[in-house]
Amino acid sequence: MNCPKIVKIIKIKAEAPEIKTFTFQYPGKMIAGQFFMIWIPGVDEIPMGVSYIDRDVKGITFRRVGDATKALYNLKQGDKIGVRGPYGNGFQIKGKRILFVGGGTGIAMLAPAVEKAMSKNIPSDVILGVKNKDELFFEKRLKKCGSKVHVSTDDGSKGYNGFATDLAMALIITGKFTSVLTCGPEIMMKKLLDLSDNISFQASLERYMKCGIGICGQCCVGKGLRVCKDGPVFDGKTLKKVEEFGVYKRDASGRKIRF
Amino acid sequence: MDEDAGSMERIFKSGAGAIVTKSIGLKPRDGYPNPTVVELEYGILNAMGLPNPGIKEFKDEIKHLKKSNVPVIGSIFGSNTDEFVELGKKMQSYGTDALELNMSCPHAKGYGLEIGSDPTLVREITSKVKESTKIPVFVKISPNLTNIVEIAKSAEKGNADAIVAINTVKAMKIDLELKMPVLSNKIGGYSGKAIKPIGVRCVYDISKNVNIPVIGVGGITTGEDALEYIMAGASAVQIGSGVYYRGVDIFKKVCNEMESWMKNHGYNNLPELIGVSHI
Repeated sequence: MNCPKIVKIIKIKAEAPEIKTFTFQYPGKMIAGQFFMIWIPGVDEIPMGVSYIDRDVKGITFRRVGDATKALYNLKQGDKIGVRGPYGNGFQIKGKRILFVGGGTGIAMLAPAVEKAMSKNIPSDVILGVKNKDELFFEKRLKKCGSKVHVSTDDGSKGYNGFATDLAMALIITGKFTSVLTCGPEIMMKKLLDLSDNISFQASLERYMKCGIGICGQCCVGKGLRVCKDGPVFDGKTLKKVEEFGVYKRDASGRKIRF
Repeated sequence: MDEDAGSMERIFKSGAGAIVTKSIGLKPRDGYPNPTVVELEYGILNAMGLPNPGIKEFKDEIKHLKKSNVPVIGSIFGSNTDEFVELGKKMQSYGTDALELNMSCPHAKGYGLEIGSDPTLVREITSKVKESTKIPVFVKISPNLTNIVEIAKSAEKGNADAIVAINTVKAMKIDLELKMPVLSNKIGGYSGKAIKPIGVRCVYDISKNVNIPVIGVGGITTGEDALEYIMAGASAVQIGSGVYYRGVDIFKKVCNEMESWMKNHGYNNLPELIGVSHI
């Protein structure tokens, strides 16, 4: 039933300034790249990619950015939230060598996908692209699972000094990678799509969502592709036909907002 | 899935004969905060709060859509006669093939049902929109009324070209753990399978009492559901929540199921079945 299930926050972990992980009891199978609708009672309900997948326990990792995440950020262990899902399709983890590119909090939903690739013995490189070193999280976690981690910071405070896309280009031209999987700012993902001309590509899109179950039309892109139901992960072939990819999204009223 | 051109085009390609747009008002509206939609055991509960980009911005979507010749019924909502007239004229100028006046949204203050429950206002708004436009005008009415037939007759007296019945049924879901309503607006409208018998009854009563066509809507998920509405007196049907139950290609499925029922029962002309249940 697609009605929020009320769960208690069992653990809270501060990942970085402004970034927290909540875990909660939520049994069931789930694929990396799928998402929940998280209800902060009395405030809002927002889509959030899963960042930890265990048989019984699931986790979300988020940055304090808007009213809903501010309210969520202030919750304590034992507080109740509503959860419905999992929704969407998730990443397809296949290929000979995968390049993962996470930008900002996009790293959160990409992490379980990296772990999945490693557990399937697919060697993987991960680029963690952030503005500065204070925004970095999951570096240890991703090293621990065996992936090769590269850090890029816009201000050069750690790792590669520059954009994640520049670092990605240097890696892609080596010809080692058979696919690119990404989640992050859409302009970054659009650049990556352009760079991934000859290899397979998957990107997870973010749009304002309401129903989460494919009926309200709020999150549609291209020719009626519902990010909540047909996505949120789309392949490169599909995205090349989505004219607004990397160009605009829609606000709650449906008006176009350019990136 | 009726707010942007791409979605409406996809629905059309999935077998729908025409598309009714999301209800559009004069100004952009965000609608209510989430949760705005939840699924319940037998239906779907929503209180979107009439989110829409506003009539000015909606022009692009219609223009884009009309390039592929999709028949479009522009749904509009206003808080008074002048607003409905202005919206109707704009929709017509964008190229919509008909108008649907939303006088039945059950959860938006000052709009929808609050207007659609007053017979005088329904007649006045309908006739003024008719006078100022040339395309067919449909009036969508609510089941949350004891005088639904009177409202339908008022729309007919205002020269409506058809009645659309029904909109969602007022409803609520309370979460036991939190002891509070789940929808941010608390009250919402119930759609989907549970409301089909309510819709069928309304269409039956309305079509017996008016001499204009009725478009049936509410809980249709199969060809047999559609035929039930047709037999109750509907000349056409609309599907919304059915997209959740059977996917975007529900339109093609329903058409095929209607055809096969008719074939098995020796009918080859749908109009023969309109209102056959009336004695």
